[in-house]
Amino acid sequence: MEMVVCIKQVPMVSELPWDPATGTLKRDLAEGMMNPACRHALEAALQLKARHGGRITALTMGPPMAEEVLRQALALGADQGFLISDPAMAGSDTFVTSFILATAVKKYCPNFDLVLCGCYTTDSETAQVGPQLAEELDLPAAAFVEEIAKKKNCLIVKRLSDGFIETLEMDLPGLVTVSTRHYAPRYFSLAGIEDAFPDAAPIRTLSAVDLGLERGSIGVQASPTRIVNVYTSRTEKQNVILRGAPKQIVEELLDRFGDRIGGAMGKDIEK
Amino acid sequence: MKQKLEIWVFGDYRNYFQNRVTLQLIGKAVELAKEIKATVCAVVIGHELDEWIGEYIAHGARRVYVVEDPVLKEYDAATYAFLTARLAEVHKPDILLVGATSFGREFAPRVAKRLKTGLTADCVGLAIDQDSLLVQTAPSFGGNLLADIVTPKQRPQMATVRPGIFREIPHNYEAKGKIIRMPLPIDLSSRRLRLRKSERQPHQSKKLEDAAIVICSGRGIGSRKKFNNLYELAGLTDAEVGATRPLVYAGWAGHDSLVGQAGKIIRPKILFSFGVSGAIQHTAAVNDAEFIIAVNKNPKATMMKMADVAIVADAGQVCSALIRELKKRIR
Repeated sequence: MEMVVCIKQVPMVSELPWDPATGTLKRDLAEGMMNPACRHALEAALQLKARHGGRITALTMGPPMAEEVLRQALALGADQGFLISDPAMAGSDTFVTSFILATAVKKYCPNFDLVLCGCYTTDSETAQVGPQLAEELDLPAAAFVEEIAKKKNCLIVKRLSDGFIETLEMDLPGLVTVSTRHYAPRYFSLAGIEDAFPDAAPIRTLSAVDLGLERGSIGVQASPTRIVNVYTSRTEKQNVILRGAPKQIVEELLDRFGDRIGGAMGKDIEK
Repeated sequence: MKQKLEIWVFGDYRNYFQNRVTLQLIGKAVELAKEIKATVCAVVIGHELDEWIGEYIAHGARRVYVVEDPVLKEYDAATYAFLTARLAEVHKPDILLVGATSFGREFAPRVAKRLKTGLTADCVGLAIDQDSLLVQTAPSFGGNLLADIVTPKQRPQMATVRPGIFREIPHNYEAKGKIIRMPLPIDLSSRRLRLRKSERQPHQSKKLEDAAIVICSGRGIGSRKKFNNLYELAGLTDAEVGATRPLVYAGWAGHDSLVGQAGKIIRPKILFSFGVSGAIQHTAAVNDAEFIIAVNKNPKATMMKMADVAIVADAGQVCSALIRELKKRIR
């Protein structure tokens, strides 16, 4: 089975560098990681490959540093990687991103059976690129999929959708977006990544010219949506900080907040 | 003469009694419509739709576009997207709103792609600006950032909207609305994606979601034994125990205990957070807790910054001390 897995590098979210002056995220300073749902999609592809054979192409779009997530994908078992990277693509919304990805798939992996995407990313959280890519490639598609099995020339997929457990049969070629519930991704060590590809990794970088894309059709100017304002939703709390020996801490906690805790429990906590 | 603008709301009627998002969006659309002098319309696709058509008119829609056929009886994102795009090409709505259900989030991107227009995901705010554009407020990074997004040129302006944000208008069964039916434009009986089985998810325990007190633990708790101690604390405080993803992966807790974007979203009165650093997938799911008491050796952990009380100490030791102290003090 020929598979294409679309993966995205997202900022490492637990330690986001915020700009205190503007209250916005300094994205260029954030360390990157493979988006969690994309890791699940890759894991699903790896399990399909182990069972049915075939090849996995990892595809990403982003700045040059996004090559890291392709190397991770290769270290985990993908066969080749494409990095779509061009400054002219910066600011592409999901409409344009799905168009660019589709262009790359058509040109470089035309014989695919299945495209897998993560169901959403932890940065923009749109969940839109997968379904829009399916439209671009004119594919049957199922979003938020939890389990995938191949049966002859079809996929049987299971998913939870608005309180219903659905089993669907999908013709191939097709597209799935994979949820983060079922396919627990395997781990890789950073050293393993270096060891796997000491010299030339099978990664190719594609520019807008390589893809035959005109400047007017990509990037922020081709995107229907405009971001007009970005702001933080939460002001930092003025919180109570308790330190010291555990016994003293819990005494102080219950002295000061015992009423509140007891109230939630429906019991009295002595002062 | 320029035709009157239309605001469309997609009729997502599955789970009608639990999922009120369509009615909430009609309510919001009525508000927005006053500002741009538009007509509020609903779009309903499926089979045997009279009940929903009536409900949407009773809740504020003045016009309902209907595509009704036995072949449409099952929800299908691709087919419904094709038909909605067809309707929109003919009637040219200015705005199209869709509830951010699982279905809506698969359906709306396909409609937007077909109509070559913009779409904003999972909005928590909608407003009209001075240029009569729809300003769509979308969360990102687990709700830590909000972005105001517009679609300046392409139409319709499209958004999926999170359930529970807007209020529905009380029904008025005297209200009148115009019903416009579109016949199936092509044969839709053969599909590349076929629903083989659909069953209601067995009733899920809502214990974590409904608990007044939740005790959540992350890797910082230190060991499985210390994690299991939390159940004693939970017993004392009538609390439920939740866990972060690493603990679920390690098998210390089941997937039902996962508190995070891929698990349970909780809003307890009190959240005890033991040894949780605060990855965004987790903090997004506990954002609505009324009062957070976090314990962590690292005062800079995101969870500690979110907390109302931040206890800088070993999570396991504080748990044990709290159990001892509560045993003395609870009456």
